[in-house]
Amino acid sequence: MSSRALVLLVPFLVITAFWLMARYESKLGHDPTHKSYWERNGTVLGIAFIALVAFWTLFLVTLPYLYMVVESFHPRLPPAQRGGPNDFLTIAQYKSFIVSPTDGEWNWIHMGNFTYTIVVSAAVTFLNLCICYPLAYYMAQSGSAQKVRLLMLALIVPYWINEILRAFAVRLLIASKGLINQALMGSGITDVPIDFLGSNTGMWIGLSYANLLIMIFPLYNAIESLDKNQIEAARDLGAPWWKIHRDVVIPYAKPGIASGCTMVFMLAAGSLAAPLFLSGPQQRWFTMTVYDFFFQAFNWPRGSAYAFILLAACITFVMLVLKLFKVKLGEAIR
Amino acid sequence: MKSSAVMKGMLGFYIVLFFLYLFGPLMVMSVTAFNTPSYPQALPFEGFTLQWFEKLWNHRLMMEGLLNSIIIGLGVVTISVPIGLAASIIMNQIYHRARSLFYLVTISPLLTPGVIIGISTVIFWKDAFGLTDWSKATFYKGIVLSILGQASFVSAYCLLIIMARLTRFDRAQEEAALDLGASYPQVFWHVLLPFLKPAMLSASVIAFLSSFENFNTTTFAILADKTLVTVLAGETRQGTTPALSALAVIIIAISLVGAITYELLKRREEAAAERMKERARLAERGELEQA
Amino acid sequence: MSAGVELDHVTVKFGNFTAVNDATLDIRSGEFFSFLGPSGCGKTTILRTVSGFLDPTAGSVRIGGQDMQGIGANKRPTALIFQNLALFPLMTVAENIAYGLRVRGVDKMARRKKADELLDLIALKGQGDKLVSELSGGQKQRVAIARALAVEPKVLLLDEPLSALDLKLRQHMRNELRAIQQRVGITFIYITHDQGEALTMSDRIAVMSDGVIEQVADGKMVYDKPQTPFVASFVGENNPFPGTVSKATATGAVVDTAFGPLAGLNPNGLKVGDKAILFVRPETLKLGKGAAATSFTTEVESVAFEGNMTHVFLKGAAKKNITVTVGRHGGVKMPAQGDRANVHYDEAYGLVLPEGKMARE
Repeated sequence: MSSRALVLLVPFLVITAFWLMARYESKLGHDPTHKSYWERNGTVLGIAFIALVAFWTLFLVTLPYLYMVVESFHPRLPPAQRGGPNDFLTIAQYKSFIVSPTDGEWNWIHMGNFTYTIVVSAAVTFLNLCICYPLAYYMAQSGSAQKVRLLMLALIVPYWINEILRAFAVRLLIASKGLINQALMGSGITDVPIDFLGSNTGMWIGLSYANLLIMIFPLYNAIESLDKNQIEAARDLGAPWWKIHRDVVIPYAKPGIASGCTMVFMLAAGSLAAPLFLSGPQQRWFTMTVYDFFFQAFNWPRGSAYAFILLAACITFVMLVLKLFKVKLGEAIR
Repeated sequence: MKSSAVMKGMLGFYIVLFFLYLFGPLMVMSVTAFNTPSYPQALPFEGFTLQWFEKLWNHRLMMEGLLNSIIIGLGVVTISVPIGLAASIIMNQIYHRARSLFYLVTISPLLTPGVIIGISTVIFWKDAFGLTDWSKATFYKGIVLSILGQASFVSAYCLLIIMARLTRFDRAQEEAALDLGASYPQVFWHVLLPFLKPAMLSASVIAFLSSFENFNTTTFAILADKTLVTVLAGETRQGTTPALSALAVIIIAISLVGAITYELLKRREEAAAERMKERARLAERGELEQA
Repeated sequence: MSAGVELDHVTVKFGNFTAVNDATLDIRSGEFFSFLGPSGCGKTTILRTVSGFLDPTAGSVRIGGQDMQGIGANKRPTALIFQNLALFPLMTVAENIAYGLRVRGVDKMARRKKADELLDLIALKGQGDKLVSELSGGQKQRVAIARALAVEPKVLLLDEPLSALDLKLRQHMRNELRAIQQRVGITFIYITHDQGEALTMSDRIAVMSDGVIEQVADGKMVYDKPQTPFVASFVGENNPFPGTVSKATATGAVVDTAFGPLAGLNPNGLKVGDKAILFVRPETLKLGKGAAATSFTTEVESVAFEGNMTHVFLKGAAKKNITVTVGRHGGVKMPAQGDRANVHYDEAYGLVLPEGKMARE
């Protein structure tokens, strides 16, 4: 059996293992509250629930992911040779990320792109946290109900403008003929337009701008449930405002901060629109490299390997943030 | 106190800056939609025109893309909302040792970059549908793959939205219905589903909007087809035209109308709930006087 | 139609925790029967086992003589009033009441007719189209009862249904519940931790503690002739005098307590040398000198005047005070704090019980 088919068995093995465990455990002791799944849902609904959830978790989530990972361990072959004798397992695609397969030199370009993507995404995440925290705090703790509603409404409207139009809006503003350069030149600060796009400043702004609201809602939700009396108490004890935030608000808002940071990082690192329309030619975003393997080089195995590297980086970042804030995954994603 | 006045001033200044950052680009873009020059410029304003909207209307690709976007959006809603509902119910009933793994699997699409979901969808279904010629000819299409790819993470949104409401469900309601003779399926249709309806409605709206505006997953999964967003991306790449601004103005207007309608509906609902409470209070008082 | 309920050696275990331990009980048809006990004593578990939400780990439940093993909650001839009532918030009052008929396939017209009849019974005529959220606490209570009665159960189970109500209303609802029970004539099984409710409404009461049924009797018996120290200390106020039996006859016994030998009835036939507790209720203790075997002397800790009666708190053997309740026309001079006081009682009001677990304060 080919490796591609074998890996598809993995989820089924996991399910069987859990099923056997559950059977064994139910035999061990009587549970007075126990009702069997079929008793609780009826046959028709029971089958429908399982079918829907199985379709989703198997065919839309686990199997495609596993399949992509397996694909990344195969050589690039024309369709006719797939499954043939040349279709063996290999780590060549991952090696190509470090050592270029064409000249045997270090693959600085791709490793550079990757590092750049991770570092900039982390920086954008931090930037957005700083921008959003004061507003989230104000809305959650000191704004009047009426004002907060209005602010919420004002936040929700731009939330639904899609990524591309947002990038487009930023571009109009900072392009060489854009409003900002017009203003700068008009006031005589500079004679030639500043190339915000070429220097990647545009992309930074675009990434921050596109994910601003992703940060603010989890922060707001977390801070909102903090009891106002706690802050009052700290203030009565004479704590200065920054100490109140450091010792009371931020520790309490941890799950919200973790949630906002993981989401913003993931969306920034995986972003395609802002880099596509706002970046300069020197430094490419890692998703664009992946994109090119699929649409220009038609090298799916290598694209898969690169995608998996990106995914691994995202997972590592999420784990790191959760560990740093000592938050469980279930608390962060709600 | 003086320092608190300074703080207040700074806070006000900051809020203004924040919303300037949030709305500034959108406002500038909106202005360019009504300005005559063919390069989208806000200033100088050379003359009011609606020609860019007309151009948008006559843009055949965009209209085709729009139609596809709507089809995909509806497809995603039809798949994802039932999946989210089923998964939230299974989450409560699944074998307790398997629950955390199940949870991890269901929310993993939210932690996966959209491009990766798109890539894995294409790679997997190309081979899966490729097993027979018939399935390849029928299903290996951009629209189908986009629905599948988007449903993967949209279902997770739906799960979270529906589960949030489900945790507030009073189990005694289920038991009360059972005790009165209802079968479990009857409890589901008569008691649980009506309770979850508001959450399912908002899940539907969120599902459609997320699908409609998705780019990262769709750009891979759509293959040779197009959606409004992928057409938009192509146009933006090629160059800048005020027609794109015009489209943005339309989307902003729709969101604005939607948000305001939602707010009004919510206020009406709250007022109705308040009236009910008032009546209950009156009844309470009358009863105490009687007793 | 009404039916009796029999518990036959029912045990319910959650993992290692035994919620109900070997309960055997015969509830007669048409009876108003209460389970009384502190929270966590297992009374709710019994109720849920009768209604079918729990399967007993051992033993069986019979309703009207029929074994309920394997019969689900929705197939049993019982109806349950939940502690929080569990009315359906999205249905109208009439829809709530007629829900049991709806799932039985009764058509809309007949359902509405039945709902209107029951609305009449609970004095909510013409309010069927209201939503539940428009009703007061007492009205919701009555709707919950009507909803349960609509399915014509043989046994009605009530899980502390009055606990959410205002105190004044609770008194009122007690009478109403009792009246409804007498009108419909079916078995009521009532769960409560409030002894006032149990004593006023019930034909018989089962007092429970830690999963065990301590005593089953009518209210007067439970109060006057408690069988265990738990019942004696849980139902009503009581003064315990622990000690060892020093003299025993067929009817009476003397216990050597911290205040010397004190006598009382000996219903359990304790023998000399047994560890025992003598119980004397505050209202049967009297100030003043009496016979040697039924009187003692101690110091007054405090005096609390309550209008219709006065509580005199005396220094007890352990940290616990002894309470003497003196009625308005007791005709005795009240002692002051710090005085020495003589206390006596009638031997018939002293009760000697074997040593055992007492109710927590």
